[in-house]
Amino acid sequence: MIKFENVSKSYGESKVLKGLSFQIKQGDFVVLIGPSGCGKTTTLKTINRLIQPDSGKILIDGKDSAQLNPVELRRSIGYVIQQIGLFPNMTVEENIAVVPKLLNYPKEKWQPIVKELLTLVGMPYEENAHKYPSELSGGQQQRIGVLRALAASPPIVLMDEPFGALDPITRESLQEEVRRIQKKLKKTIVFVTHDMDEALKMADVIVFMSGGKILQMASPEEMLQHPADPLISEFMGKHRSALSVNAAMSAAEFMKTRVLKAARSMQTLQSIELMRNRDVNSMIVLNDDDTYAGTVSLDTIKSHGKAGRAIGEFMETTVPTVNLKEDARDTFEKLYTSPAGYVVVLNDDMTVAGLITKTSMAKAMGDALWGEMIS
Amino acid sequence: MSNLMPLILEHLMIVLIAASISVVIGVVLGILSYWMNYLDKAILWTAEIIQTIPNLALLAILMILFGLGNVTIIAALVLYALLPIVRNTYIGLKSVPIYLKDAARGMGMSKLQRLMKVELPLSFPLIFSGIKIAVVNSLSIAVMGVLIGAGGLGYPIYRGIQTNSMERILIGAIPVVLMALLLDYLMTKVEKRLVHKGSVN
Ligand SMILES: Nc1ncnc2c1ncn2[C@@H]1O[C@H](COP(=O)(O)OP(=O)(O)OP(=O)(O)O)[C@@H](O)[C@H]1O
Ligand SMILES: [Mg+2]
Repeated sequence: MIKFENVSKSYGESKVLKGLSFQIKQGDFVVLIGPSGCGKTTTLKTINRLIQPDSGKILIDGKDSAQLNPVELRRSIGYVIQQIGLFPNMTVEENIAVVPKLLNYPKEKWQPIVKELLTLVGMPYEENAHKYPSELSGGQQQRIGVLRALAASPPIVLMDEPFGALDPITRESLQEEVRRIQKKLKKTIVFVTHDMDEALKMADVIVFMSGGKILQMASPEEMLQHPADPLISEFMGKHRSALSVNAAMSAAEFMKTRVLKAARSMQTLQSIELMRNRDVNSMIVLNDDDTYAGTVSLDTIKSHGKAGRAIGEFMETTVPTVNLKEDARDTFEKLYTSPAGYVVVLNDDMTVAGLITKTSMAKAMGDALWGEMIS
Repeated sequence: MSNLMPLILEHLMIVLIAASISVVIGVVLGILSYWMNYLDKAILWTAEIIQTIPNLALLAILMILFGLGNVTIIAALVLYALLPIVRNTYIGLKSVPIYLKDAARGMGMSKLQRLMKVELPLSFPLIFSGIKIAVVNSLSIAVMGVLIGAGGLGYPIYRGIQTNSMERILIGAIPVVLMALLLDYLMTKVEKRLVHKGSVN
């Protein structure tokens, strides 16, 4: 368990950490996220004492870390630095074995570890172990950086943007890899990222920082649903609305309001003309008090209607209706079982608010997922 | 010609002994200036001042301390060689990227382990080029040794000047130049391999 108690750090005039207090449970995957320069790296480095706080305490498993021997402490905490930082003068194997060797593991012990770890990330030992970092791709270097942190099986691993330089596919597979390792080996991981996608995917707990303070510390779901600060909502951007499609959106948000309506007394001839002008094949029929009565389709009028009759006589009531506040999910279901391919949305007083077609639904979902779309 | 070979060997011996001593002292001083704040200025400054003392004056001072013979010229060569070695060691250690030093610290290396496993290996190309400069310079400075009774190729050159014999001067000077070129060539080759292996990127 890692516990921050009112930890502060300044560089000259600028306060980089402003009294951080929080706790990381053993076995949790904690992601630190926030805008550049908000103090994520600094926070991480105070844990393995690469940076000494000006005030406050950091307890590791209940012990004040300031009282621990820094060199021994660091050997028991895995560390992936933001700039990868493989030692250029050492081979891949030597890099991975750095900490085990510092801990005086014999070769019979560390070499199998190196082999196993390399296999884990799909870089066969024979091909890679004796290469120098400069001979590896950026993605391979980052993998070795992660392996180096894991080699001595530390219970706590600090990772500072470990996948920054990766293409999306490699990034994703490494994310899964790290998550798997963490679950399997029950490690406590403190992981820094800029990328909300990554945070949501990996975290048990997200710590959102800004200007040296914690704005919110919560589970991904909690943070999505109740972001504590506009900055967090902004960071979440698309994710938040994606979630609200499921949970928070109502029928009102999917409907189009420019719909063709007519009183039930309207003449069939006139209604045909109206529908043709607007290029639609059905319209909504209203009672005299403007409440919803039913729908009428061009086809029905054409096949049965005689001139001079009122449309109310051909009206159908098979199209499903939903209330304006109906939630997205139920609306969706009605839409897909509607024989006419649309549903009518009613206000509380039974007047017509609009209607939802498959197109209007798709457009509204698109807007929610990817932001306002060109209509 | 037959009596030239021992002179060449002695000349080379003097230079190599001086170089070995100055590498040890120079690298240690370089490390100390890197480790200790404030000391760095003092050490670099001293090495620089020594460099500016005229050859003859330095030899005279050292002769008072060490008397006549090879020891004095070796001491002089060591002092002259310090500056390039100390300076390059210091700059080399300083310029190891901060993030690599952080990585080394973060892995749990002690100060000495960081030096031996990361910082010195990464500075080695620069340190080596300091050594190369020192060795090549020493070859020609060692000629002065004749003035304080040391051996080496200074003797034929000195005799040449005294007897106004261009031939004798050249007999002494040409091996010095050739040795300088040869050592420079060999050490440059070694340097290139070091740079290739230890490159930071
Ligand atoms: N050694 C230092 N001296 C002075 N200021 C520093 C030092 N290290 C960091 N800072 C400042 O402290 C602040 C926090 O830095 P930190 O590296 O923790 O940010 P970060 O959240 O990790 O940013 P990024 O996402 O860009 O990596 C920044 O404004 C930075 O400029
Ligand atoms: Mg950072």
